[in-house]
Amino acid sequence: MDILQFLIVIGVLVLLVKPLGSYVYHVYSNEPNRTDRIFGWADRIIYRVIGLKNRSGMTWKKYALSFLLTNIVLVALSYLILRLQGGLPGNPNNIGGMEQTLSFNTVISFITNTNLQHYSGETGLSYFSQMAVIMMMMFTSAATGFSVAIAFIRGLTSKGTTIGNFFEDFVKSHTRIFLPLAVLVTLVLVALNVPQTFDPNITATTLEGATQSIAIGPVASLESIKHLGTNGGGFFGVNSAHPFENPNPLTNVIEILSMWALPAALPYAYGRFAKNRKQGWVVFSAMMTLFLVFLATVYTAELNGNPALNNLGVDASQGSMEGKEVRFGIAQSALFTAVTTAATTGTVNNMHDTLTPIGGLVPLAEMMLNVVFGGKGVGLVNMLMYAILGVFIAGLMVGRTPEFLGRKIEPREMRLIAIAILAHPFIILVPTAIAFLTDLGQGAITNPGFHGISQVLYEYTSSAANNGSGFEGLADNTPFWNITTGLVMLFGRYISMIAMLAVAGSLVRKQPVPETSGTFRTDNVLFTGILVGTVLIIGALTFLPAVVLGPIAEHLTLR
Amino acid sequence: MNQSASSSASGGGSILMIAIRASIAFILLCGIIYPLVSTGLAQLLFPHQANGSLIKNAEGQIVGSSLIGQSFTDPAYFQGRVSSIDYKAEASGSNNYAPSNPDMLKRTQDSIAAWQAANPDVPISQLPIALITNSGSGLDPHITPDSAKVQIPRISKLTGLPADTLEQLVHKHTEGRDLGVFGEPRVNVLELNIELSQLRK
Repeated sequence: MDILQFLIVIGVLVLLVKPLGSYVYHVYSNEPNRTDRIFGWADRIIYRVIGLKNRSGMTWKKYALSFLLTNIVLVALSYLILRLQGGLPGNPNNIGGMEQTLSFNTVISFITNTNLQHYSGETGLSYFSQMAVIMMMMFTSAATGFSVAIAFIRGLTSKGTTIGNFFEDFVKSHTRIFLPLAVLVTLVLVALNVPQTFDPNITATTLEGATQSIAIGPVASLESIKHLGTNGGGFFGVNSAHPFENPNPLTNVIEILSMWALPAALPYAYGRFAKNRKQGWVVFSAMMTLFLVFLATVYTAELNGNPALNNLGVDASQGSMEGKEVRFGIAQSALFTAVTTAATTGTVNNMHDTLTPIGGLVPLAEMMLNVVFGGKGVGLVNMLMYAILGVFIAGLMVGRTPEFLGRKIEPREMRLIAIAILAHPFIILVPTAIAFLTDLGQGAITNPGFHGISQVLYEYTSSAANNGSGFEGLADNTPFWNITTGLVMLFGRYISMIAMLAVAGSLVRKQPVPETSGTFRTDNVLFTGILVGTVLIIGALTFLPAVVLGPIAEHLTLR
Repeated sequence: MNQSASSSASGGGSILMIAIRASIAFILLCGIIYPLVSTGLAQLLFPHQANGSLIKNAEGQIVGSSLIGQSFTDPAYFQGRVSSIDYKAEASGSNNYAPSNPDMLKRTQDSIAAWQAANPDVPISQLPIALITNSGSGLDPHITPDSAKVQIPRISKLTGLPADTLEQLVHKHTEGRDLGVFGEPRVNVLELNIELSQLRK
């Protein structure tokens, strides 16, 4: 039955890839299309409201400047709201202003699509902040990521000097993708019991006569965009493990598909842009291959359970249930864990800190690789970065100038790609080492032994990959953690985005090289293998030592 | 439009202006209008679900939510899972114990000892692991069907209700997998205990 659940969900995903990928292509290809009739008016109103008169293409520098400025303004306004929320309306539970380093961490966390949460939603945010900051940034950060990914694809697949207009892409991402889907998913979730109200907390008199105060709020509207935008920040502290955020297995499946479908459809959209759909399927297959290995690993590890508990003589046949919910069991928990770190959403329906060591290694490894589907847009961009690296390595082996989609890959592009690829491990491993060297860092560790290493490593990996899940035992709401993870999230998001836009800006100007029989093909099974191999070799070379010290050492000592 | 106007529209200053106006527009659209419209539609179409699936007693008092677990201290009730926050639903969470954490091992051993004291008739080899592990949310409203069945001998002894009646009660409150495939079969502890309390009267 467990395997059948996996197969159905993956099957539905694969069926969604083509229609959704085509739709995404139509939205951003800027060719007249029947969807214009439905959404064109909304776009035009917003263009007028924001004063966007000139929608001509931008060079990569102007595109980068536009998205950076927009993000900076959003950060500034959101920071003010969080600091002042105590005095603003929409605060029925009387929550005070947020502390400054925590506010810094929170706005960075949401604008970078990370959604690492060092606060607990039910006690740290007013309803107004949940809406105007958290929900709003869930849309805008996803739209930013999607727009940049599309601009990068344009750079790879078109000719000229420009890669699209950021503001046009940004507006269309909202009006044609995220807002309509979010309203739809919200209503489906409410129908399936997720609350959506502005009433303050409920007070109940329990069956035994005690008083139970139940936190509630506009949960469903956050839940839908949280997954659609691969954001992952929960309304409540425990995220999608909370019965109000995720009340039954059906909502679990809907949340999984919501976060997975768009990242999975993006490779197909890329194939459409490249006028070669096989290119898209090659990337998709590489992602799916890696995903299936990770899913099988976490599922088996959790099903086998924790040896320390299995030896106590109780009926442990169900598997490791610590930190999991009965309605999800092992299968739906394992699937959710594998998808949330693949799509770098960071929402959790079970506590990752309590996973068995090998089970916990899976989310960690997926975030370290950061290419298995990946978050809104950036996953595809990262995968294409590895594709170019793969072409480069293969080209070196046979002594040819490497080409990708008919463009010569030259030192300038390779330098930028090297920066982007090396930045990721650098901003994970260096802060992890710093945290271990200081009392400020070490003081936060709550689980003894090797697992403590995993906790710290996970926190920075999650920040760098803009995932946002955590080994949540870590006592991370301190200035040290707020500031260091804040910086890691910033670098993790913007270094690779800017580097990739620069690559796009450079490739778009190149004269296409005609395809010959000697051209190295990037649209066949062989290249899927090279892509997977490149990702695994780079990942293993970089992260194996750290992983051995954490989860693998814990696994070997657990009995 | 003349040349100079169009070139100034593409300059850095005007990008900043558009960025500011776009930011304000999307704070209003995504942060205010979207949740308000969603709430309006939700309250109109699905009021029971939108307000937390509350359970009320005959006097109209709120007893709880069918989605949120409750703490049961009376051993004559079915017990839910371990909750480090004692089902205090103004917050949520667990201890986040790692599998190698000695505190978790100790907590589990204590739970087993407490189980043996309260349920001398049921060997611990039948005690399901889900019942002595902390749920992720600390608010898990469910237990597995087996976790309910192993409590029947104790509850039967304490309440005087025949085991058959309790078996039927558990069976009645066992939900299957969603659409026959997704998730796990489960028993809602609060709903089960509400009916149990009516039988006890």
